[in-house]
Amino acid sequence: MKVDRVAIRFLRWLVFVCVLLCGALLAQQQASPTQTQDVLIKNAVVMTVTHGNIKNGSIYVKDGKIAAVGENVSAPAGVAVVDAGGKFVTPGIIDSHSHIALDDDVNEATSPITPHMMMMDAFDYQDKAIYRGLAGGVTTSLLLHGSANMIGGQAVVIKHKYGLGRDAMLFPGAPRSIKFASGENPKRVYGSRDQLPSTRMGNFAVQREALVQAQDYMKEWDNYEAKVKKGDKDATQPKHDLKLEALADVLRGKLMVQIHCYRADEFLNEIAMAKEFGYKIRAFHHALEAYKVPEKIAAENIAIATFADWWGYKEEAWDAIPWNAVISMRKGVRVAIKSDSDDFARRLNQEAGKTMRYGGATEDEALKMITLNAAWIVGVDDRVGSIDVGKDADLVIWDGYPLSSFAVPNKVFIDGGVYFDRALPGFGMPQYQEGQ
Amino acid sequence: MNQFSVLSARFSVFGSRVAAGLVFAALFACNPASAQTKAVVLKGGKVLTITHGVIENGVVVMENGKISAVGAGASVKIPAGAQVIDVTGMTVYPGLIDSETNLGLTEISAENMTNDLVEPSDEIMPHMHTADAFHAETALIPVARINGVTNAIVAPTSTDTLPGQDSFIQLDGKSADEMLLVRDIALPLNFTGEQRRRESWEKRKYPSTRMGMAAQLRQAFIDARDYEGKLAEYDKKKDAAAKDNKPEPLAPKRDLRLEALLPYLHGKKQIVLAAEGPSDLETAVRLANEFNLKIVLNHVSHSQAVLDYIAGLKVPVIVGPIYQEPKPEERFDTVYSLPAELHKRGVKIAFATYDAHGVRNLPYQAGFATAFGLPYEDALKAITLNPAEIWGVADKLGSLDAGKTANVVVANGDPLDVKTDVKRVFIEGREIPLTNRQTVLRDMYSK
Repeated sequence: MKVDRVAIRFLRWLVFVCVLLCGALLAQQQASPTQTQDVLIKNAVVMTVTHGNIKNGSIYVKDGKIAAVGENVSAPAGVAVVDAGGKFVTPGIIDSHSHIALDDDVNEATSPITPHMMMMDAFDYQDKAIYRGLAGGVTTSLLLHGSANMIGGQAVVIKHKYGLGRDAMLFPGAPRSIKFASGENPKRVYGSRDQLPSTRMGNFAVQREALVQAQDYMKEWDNYEAKVKKGDKDATQPKHDLKLEALADVLRGKLMVQIHCYRADEFLNEIAMAKEFGYKIRAFHHALEAYKVPEKIAAENIAIATFADWWGYKEEAWDAIPWNAVISMRKGVRVAIKSDSDDFARRLNQEAGKTMRYGGATEDEALKMITLNAAWIVGVDDRVGSIDVGKDADLVIWDGYPLSSFAVPNKVFIDGGVYFDRALPGFGMPQYQEGQ
Repeated sequence: MNQFSVLSARFSVFGSRVAAGLVFAALFACNPASAQTKAVVLKGGKVLTITHGVIENGVVVMENGKISAVGAGASVKIPAGAQVIDVTGMTVYPGLIDSETNLGLTEISAENMTNDLVEPSDEIMPHMHTADAFHAETALIPVARINGVTNAIVAPTSTDTLPGQDSFIQLDGKSADEMLLVRDIALPLNFTGEQRRRESWEKRKYPSTRMGMAAQLRQAFIDARDYEGKLAEYDKKKDAAAKDNKPEPLAPKRDLRLEALLPYLHGKKQIVLAAEGPSDLETAVRLANEFNLKIVLNHVSHSQAVLDYIAGLKVPVIVGPIYQEPKPEERFDTVYSLPAELHKRGVKIAFATYDAHGVRNLPYQAGFATAFGLPYEDALKAITLNPAEIWGVADKLGSLDAGKTANVVVANGDPLDVKTDVKRVFIEGREIPLTNRQTVLRDMYSK
């Protein structure tokens, strides 16, 4: 009897363990698209961005991170090997100014101050533009609110893991960014409706007024909390206001401020406004006249996210010159080249290559403009943007020299998983099933 | 696209800064060089002749605005008193030809007073001549030149079915007269759906569908045919009257719109037929055939399913822009690979930027097409000899051959690569200063 009981207990335990194991296996199988496989990429020209090119280099990817990079890299037996065939490998491209995957919900152009708009709420993770960017080597994008409003909404940072679900595409732990604008767009949108702002004076007045309201809001809450702390039971709690809460986060330094700004005078006005209210500007976007005042921008440690050679589409883009990126960089500005376009997002490598022609950027400098510098603007430069040990394994194997007219990605890895593979039939997306 | 670049076109605040900018631009942007007086010799470069291969260490001689000799180093006689330029290490190639631009029709896209792109009031506008609007002193041409584009088609934008006639220009000259090499070289016929007047239900007007577009086009060509008949009848009557010494009959009332269509009715001049998808393409081609139009195809960006049909038409194709995005159901490289796929089927192709500010980027499109299978030599041809042939100017342009116009480019590398810097541009043998309002701004702020 006793033996039987022990046997039954053992059997029960066995069944339990089996169920657990099966469950775990099943879970693993179901989750397989999100699983990353350890891999050794070898026989590549590794363009590290931070420490030059490694000819005949290898990269060992473990648990979705870069575990080793160099000429002599060993990986445990059994690890999958990808032979790059002597081709170039770069970090995944980072697009620091994108409006893809928002189904045209880019501008809540009904008020010039909308800091509480969350781009996450419009994020359409099935948009094919994500896939097309991926096929051009883009692995991370900052999806920004448009420029109709002086203060737009809060950005979402995505990794282009096309084929996965929405949450799996969000860049984990990426800092929050908010979009500001200036110049022609706000004044045109509201001016056309006979509303404030219709001039640049109006633009800045609207912005300043909103920030003053946010200061008042913070004071109200500070007073309330001080009273509560003192034990004042009669203290009345101020109203929670989503909009002012978001602006308060700007003043508290919890949101990185990304400003759409073209003209030299407006950079200076924006810098003065930021000082007046005590927040920091992360980057000027477009920034086509940065070359006129690069020292002023560099002194504030503000980056620019600019076009390589786009110009003349509107009056504030009339003084754009293709040398902007390199002139600004030489004067100490951190420069990124961004797309602001579903199309350019597919070939940012070529756009970066143009900086080598216009002003003579070195290969590393040009590449940095679409990787590490862009990552800094997004606030994820400690995680992506270069091929360094410990960083996310977001990698592109190109079939030609990436900073040229002639290169196309062969394979794109994100967190060590392959998300685009040109060798595959159909769409070349191992993680994507039609009808998903 | 920038979220506002399109929207903003509705506004036309002609700010004083724009005006000042344009004056500023005019001061130095239009800088026509005087006619070539001295022979110029480019010596030691890698010469891409287009018609007879690559000559390493080649020599190109330019005299009186024309190429007088091209050949290997030792074989070419250098004229006495020539200016000899050592271009060792450089690549020498013919001036590039952009097969559709809006050069001279716009300065600042969003500022309507600077735009003469298309007449939106009606769809059938063959009597619009881009040559009438072409602004020779535009700041955009010197910008386009810095990448070796020396010739281009100037076309109206594509929102009318028959928006008006194209011009063929040279990107340098003392005035519009010298730059407009061929006025009314071709007539675009646009059938992409973009021409429908259906902005909203409230503003909807004829033609708001493709049926309407086709019917309206057909009526226009029938009217032109009738008009032609009337003119012929008049001529006959006039001759008879002259013979019989009778008073001259009353001439039919002149109709400029129909008159403008006449040269196109019998294929004397080319129709540039733009369509994107297969059904539009076939509808428009059928219509063109009804009236015996001579066509060059344009765009065909989403016609991958009917490439053999296109090849069977035995007409050239201006392809792209290859940057046009694929439809959701199409592979990422569907449009990129179109030039290669057409070429494979024996179709003569040419590239175009369909742009004004971005004309300088023409060669990169050809370069990118090679990444998707277009052979390199053919990519280069598609921006030189092919367009010259398509536009009927191959006796003068498109290759480095003795007797052709001396439009020659010298660059420090591969003409199709983004890294390459163009060092010298010659148009009719004149060296064109590679300055423009952008280089002036660069120099002003680089100090």
